[in-house]
Amino acid sequence: MASITDPPSESFKLSQLLSDTRYRSYTFQFIALIALIAAFAYLLSNLFQNLAAAGLDISFGFLSEPAGYDINQRLIEYTSQSTHWRAAVVGVLNTLLVAVVGCFFATIIGVLVGVLRLSNNWIVSRLMSVYVEIFRNVPVLIWILIIMAVFVSVLPQPRDFRGEDASASMFLDMFAFTGRGFYLPRPYFTAEFAAGATGWLIVLALLVGSFFGARALSKWATDTQERTGDRPTTWYLTLAIWFVPLIIAMFVMGLAWEMPELKGFNFKGGIFARNSFIALTFALAIYTAAFIAENVRAGILAVSKGQTEAAASLGLRPNRIMSLVVLPQALRVIIPPLISQYLNLTKNSSLAIAVGYMDVTGTLGGITLNQTGRAIEAVLLLMLFYLTISLTISLLMNVYNNSIKLKER
Amino acid sequence: MSDTTTSFVRTEMLPEQEPPASQSGAIKWIRDNLFSDVLNSILTLIAIYIIFQIVTGVWPWISNGVWNTSSLAECREVLDGATGGCFSVLTERWNQLLFGFKYPPEEYWRPIVAFILLFAAAAPVMFIMFLPKKLLVFTAIYPFLAFWLIWGGTILTPVFAAVGLVVGYLVYANLVRNSFAAGFFGGIAAAFVTWWISGFITAAIGPDFMALEAVPSRDMGGFMLNMILGVVCVSLSLPIGIVLALGRQSDMPLIKWICVVFIEFIRGVPLITLLFVANVVLAYFFPPGSSIDLILRVIIMITAFSSAYIAEVIRGGLAALPKGQYEAADSLGLDYPQAMRLIILPQALKISIPGIVNVAVGLFKDTTLVSVISMFDLVGMIRGPILASTEWNGVYWELWSFAVVLFFVVCYGISQYSQWLERQLATDHR
Repeated sequence: MASITDPPSESFKLSQLLSDTRYRSYTFQFIALIALIAAFAYLLSNLFQNLAAAGLDISFGFLSEPAGYDINQRLIEYTSQSTHWRAAVVGVLNTLLVAVVGCFFATIIGVLVGVLRLSNNWIVSRLMSVYVEIFRNVPVLIWILIIMAVFVSVLPQPRDFRGEDASASMFLDMFAFTGRGFYLPRPYFTAEFAAGATGWLIVLALLVGSFFGARALSKWATDTQERTGDRPTTWYLTLAIWFVPLIIAMFVMGLAWEMPELKGFNFKGGIFARNSFIALTFALAIYTAAFIAENVRAGILAVSKGQTEAAASLGLRPNRIMSLVVLPQALRVIIPPLISQYLNLTKNSSLAIAVGYMDVTGTLGGITLNQTGRAIEAVLLLMLFYLTISLTISLLMNVYNNSIKLKER
Repeated sequence: MSDTTTSFVRTEMLPEQEPPASQSGAIKWIRDNLFSDVLNSILTLIAIYIIFQIVTGVWPWISNGVWNTSSLAECREVLDGATGGCFSVLTERWNQLLFGFKYPPEEYWRPIVAFILLFAAAAPVMFIMFLPKKLLVFTAIYPFLAFWLIWGGTILTPVFAAVGLVVGYLVYANLVRNSFAAGFFGGIAAAFVTWWISGFITAAIGPDFMALEAVPSRDMGGFMLNMILGVVCVSLSLPIGIVLALGRQSDMPLIKWICVVFIEFIRGVPLITLLFVANVVLAYFFPPGSSIDLILRVIIMITAFSSAYIAEVIRGGLAALPKGQYEAADSLGLDYPQAMRLIILPQALKISIPGIVNVAVGLFKDTTLVSVISMFDLVGMIRGPILASTEWNGVYWELWSFAVVLFFVVCYGISQYSQWLERQLATDHR
């Protein structure tokens, strides 16, 4: 008969808190919690003592007071009588504008440079390497300031367009590139019902409709291919779905263009893109493009040559090899770093303050902060804004990463 | 004469012929690499045109450059309408560009010595496989020496700071045999006690003992400020980043969440907002009455910024290690600190080197952002005192080219070093 010895009685000794792995992690976490609370309590007590000494308090009431300063580039209605909150929103929209336009051009330039860097052409690939290395190894702030200086000093001033023998002239009589900024034609709708924003909403709705229409068409083509083995030719139908409704709508709503015209010493009418906006966007785009080019190159190199050869031996044509075999695999490598470059560009757009472009750092973190002296509140709101953008995009990226993850058993 | 005709048979081999001119040498290379098809030919011509434009545009500007005038007007007079750069702004404002406009000129030798010694201090770390380990002692001494050289004041301050660390380390080394926690906290306590005592000794000896002229932080400027911020923040953020990365990988939920929140918060906001915090907010969180100078506040925020990025890089390295390494360390009976120190971190850090260098280069570039909060680093000097002066108002190209060259040399040098180091450390024999 086997005798079972009783387990030793569970006597708890204090030293077990440190030496017993069952309890040790609780001890450490408890210590960490206490330290954290103590640190926060210390910092907050300092904060409140300092605030009391300076006769300040924490309040966000300043947001509803009139701002009292002008913003020279704005996407929504704003006057110096508007509130600080409105000024912050104008800044937010300006930040988003730079970010979106900058990302668009950075992607185009970056993909082009990344592909050209892999080209067999010796001189072109070397030239692209030089571009990438120069832009990656010099601070973006210096590039922004250089490009701003180039714009201001190289391009003609509006007054140079005046007179019979003007030293500068408008491009196609529609575009004026001046040191103050670019003047572009502005499209608008003459029809009564489509005046103002309504017309643009209709255009947007049409584009969304076309997108779903094109998707449905492509799905129908795939279904047909699976049933019969032949893929119907759809490219002209796709083009029609995208453009026919748009063109009809343009005619119905009466599309017209407002041209910039020289009046006195300056241009009037059209869209005016201020030099600070152009310089900032352009600098951010070519700086970020250098990083994107490296990502694109890495992504293309990551698809092994065997994949292309295997696809070719299956009898796929070169463009089908690209779209069905190489791109899906390369994009899996390219997209995550691409998104983080977009994030970097958005965060770098806060350097707008160096060239006087009124983004959210310039309005909320600049003039509003200096006028009201509400440093803590303003910086806190500023951080929250950037944090929201970053976290939203990382969230979307995680969803995307999970959806393209290699499905393994 | 025989009527049988023998056909001609060659008895020796023909000598080898040269390949056709179009299939060898420079012509073949040019055809293959520059003009292989229509598209490539067009690209080549465009590229050659661009290079030609750049060279013909830049060359007269450099070769006609004026190096010894004292103002832009004088320089334009010398050039007399010809194309040429006024590089005399660089020679005339050389000291301002490098040291800022407030650092006392008779003390310039101090940052220069500190800069030269930086290489001596960095070499034992950078070329650790070629140089004797004993040289690392100098690397350990260097921070205190450099502080004394650049900021001046009595030598007792840095010496006692170093003594405190040594005492702390000795206590740690003695106690760590019993338990890591005892050694860790004992070491910290010992260091603080030493510093507390040394305060009295310094007060007793007086502030003039072996003193260099003290230079306040707000007088630092120029490229020196970029170097100080870059070197200090990278070296401080490496250990903090390692701790954060380990914390994020930890099994303890509370520790893990503290690290996650810190890292994600810092990575989610631009550096400029953190510099605003350093400039206008951080002072509120220090004890009332204390005045921490701006450069120190900026160092705190930039260090926090870069340590979050370094933590993410190292976390990548930790995640890339096979699980077997962790299990092997456990099965050898190593405890957590030993396993990390001896098995995990050496491998994880090696994988992370390229990422860490990327962060370091990025951080060094980002030190120019301090010019936005009105500190006079290289960019701040150019935008402020130099371009705004009456003598040099409007000399953009020369100054910005100088800044571009300076940053390019440093950053490109660092990234070339990291690629070399990667090749040195490659052990996977591919």
